[in-house]
Amino acid sequence: MNLNAYLTLAALVFAIGLFGVLTRRNAVGILLGIELMLNAVNINLVAFARFHGDLAGVIFALFTIAITVAEVAVGLAIVIVIFRVRRTVEADRLDLLRG
Amino acid sequence: MDGALSLPLLVLGLPFAAFLALALVAPLRRAGRLAGGVSIAASGAALLCALVVWSDGTRADATWAWIPADGGPMATVGLLVDPLSSAMLVLVTLVSLLVQVYSLAYLHDERAPSLGRYYTYQSLFAFSMLGLVLAPTFIQMFVFWELVGLCSYLLIGYWYERPSAANAAVKAFWITKLGDLGFIVGIVMLWSATGTFEFQALFARAQEHALAIEGLGTIMFLIYLGAVGKSAQFPLHVWLPDAMEGPTPVSALIHAATMVTAGVFLVTRVQPLFVLVPDVLALVGAVGAFTALLAASMACVESDIKRVLAYSTVSQLGYMMAAAGAGAPYASFLHLLTHGVFKALLFLGAGAVIHAVGTNDIFRMGGLFRALPQTGIVFIVGTLALAGVPPLAGFFSKEAILAGVWEADMTWSFAMLALTVFLTAFYMFRVVFLAFFGRAHAAGHPHEPPWAMRGPLWLLAALTVLIGLRLGLAGGGEHHGPAWLAPVSVALAAGGIALAWATYQRGVVDPARLSAVFPVSAIDFLARRRYGLDALYAGLYRGFILGFSRLIGWIDRYLVDGLLNFVSAWTLRGGDLLRRTQSGRPQDYVYGVAFGVLFLLVWAQWWSR
Repeated sequence: MNLNAYLTLAALVFAIGLFGVLTRRNAVGILLGIELMLNAVNINLVAFARFHGDLAGVIFALFTIAITVAEVAVGLAIVIVIFRVRRTVEADRLDLLRG
Repeated sequence: MDGALSLPLLVLGLPFAAFLALALVAPLRRAGRLAGGVSIAASGAALLCALVVWSDGTRADATWAWIPADGGPMATVGLLVDPLSSAMLVLVTLVSLLVQVYSLAYLHDERAPSLGRYYTYQSLFAFSMLGLVLAPTFIQMFVFWELVGLCSYLLIGYWYERPSAANAAVKAFWITKLGDLGFIVGIVMLWSATGTFEFQALFARAQEHALAIEGLGTIMFLIYLGAVGKSAQFPLHVWLPDAMEGPTPVSALIHAATMVTAGVFLVTRVQPLFVLVPDVLALVGAVGAFTALLAASMACVESDIKRVLAYSTVSQLGYMMAAAGAGAPYASFLHLLTHGVFKALLFLGAGAVIHAVGTNDIFRMGGLFRALPQTGIVFIVGTLALAGVPPLAGFFSKEAILAGVWEADMTWSFAMLALTVFLTAFYMFRVVFLAFFGRAHAAGHPHEPPWAMRGPLWLLAALTVLIGLRLGLAGGGEHHGPAWLAPVSVALAAGGIALAWATYQRGVVDPARLSAVFPVSAIDFLARRRYGLDALYAGLYRGFILGFSRLIGWIDRYLVDGLLNFVSAWTLRGGDLLRRTQSGRPQDYVYGVAFGVLFLLVWAQWWSR
């Protein structure tokens, strides 16, 4: 297996995540898409670490996982609060910042 | 400071002090009658000082530096006291004092604050007029000249709640400004040619024939324009009849005795300069005589007692100008003084009549002599003086003017002035017969005015008689003219009186049929329309000034404002369009980021190399 295969996989996962972020109307779905995109990055980091024999990439991946967990925790908490206030988590309805 | 100067300074300073006190101390001004007392006291003291100055024959000429410049001051201020100005001082302070006393009774219905305002203006006027009279330089004269114009404006518009009074004030201000524009341009041109504003320096040079300036004629003509506006000469006379919207005592003081004579005073004062330009002087005389006749014809058809007097003032100012133009400044100035006294008397008498019957229309008066015998007597004394009946004051001064004009070989002017003598007697006695005799129309019971009004009337009437007797004993001045002059002018005046008597008292001549005979009918038609001059000015104002204002308004509205509005409108529109890009939906922003990154990638890959 060469590096290109991993990179292609990471690009595919990233694209799927991006697609999810762009098309999902549910805030939880958008968060899931973001998770996919972050994990695509993790794949890239780990693949490069493996093929370049440099452990820095692995350590970065570990950091990313930790941060992702925190991000999801905060993100889901916000979604729950929004749901309590607005009784909906549809992203189209949450347009208070519209110009 | 030497003694010769302190009294004239006091004459000038007392009304100014009264004005300052009234203008700055609001409770004093709002007290009304007390403010009047302050102003009257100042005028009375000024009159005493002026009498001393005049009887001593004080001569003084003092100047102080005003506008500093390299090599001596550019302009000076000071006092010039000579027989001319000290006689004016007495006239101004006397009429001013009497008018202020008279006003106390005439305006007794006014609210206290507005009465205080009235006396503030009166004091300012007295100060300004005295300053004008004492001015030794053109520029100082111009400053006071404008100040009296301002006071005239303020006092014509004293009842500013009435639109007609406010309009008349603006009209008077505008039209006199037209003349003043010429005056200031003339002064500045004279200064740039000679380097001095001072009368005495200019006269000295004129005497040494060292005043051969290029365009002196134009300069003197421009200076004369100021006098045309102020002294209501044709064609700028139209403001004076409208100025009658002010209170009657104001008309007596400003628009008969003092301010309007400032133009005549100016021409008399700078006579040594006018003598150098005979063409302008001839114009002054011809315009004066024409004004006298024109105004007299308009007075014959007017039914408002104050406007009749206003036209007669214009007419008499024409006489003075005619004499000044004919090279008889003495006669001109004598008539100025006598006219100041008896015209103030006539105006104050008219004020007493208006006070009693509550109308200005002479056709709604009648039979007033029985109700107001004292007013009637003094009014008839003033009328006889104005008509030129000996031995009253007006006879001798008018005589001197006619003689001066005759001796100057100004035949046309003389003919016009002689005809005016006839018309003057006619229109004044028309007023007397309609108002004081005949059937009584007036409703209610007209009564004699209080003593504060009768006192000034009797004093002025006595002065009219006494000055006349004094002039008669002294031989009537330096101009005697041919021997036939006095009988002819008296005959003309008597003819006018007789015609008025036959028309309005006996009813022998029907006024309607009189005005239907050919030459009279044409003049009657024109005079009733004021020779179309008011219409002409109104047309010029509407067509020219308003048209120009509209053009400027259009440029301001559509070019200057338009450009700014265009920019601001497109800023708003642009903002509105860009606003719509901020949808508030997070996914739209993610789209933006994603496509932006994609674009950057593609660009970095293919185009950047």
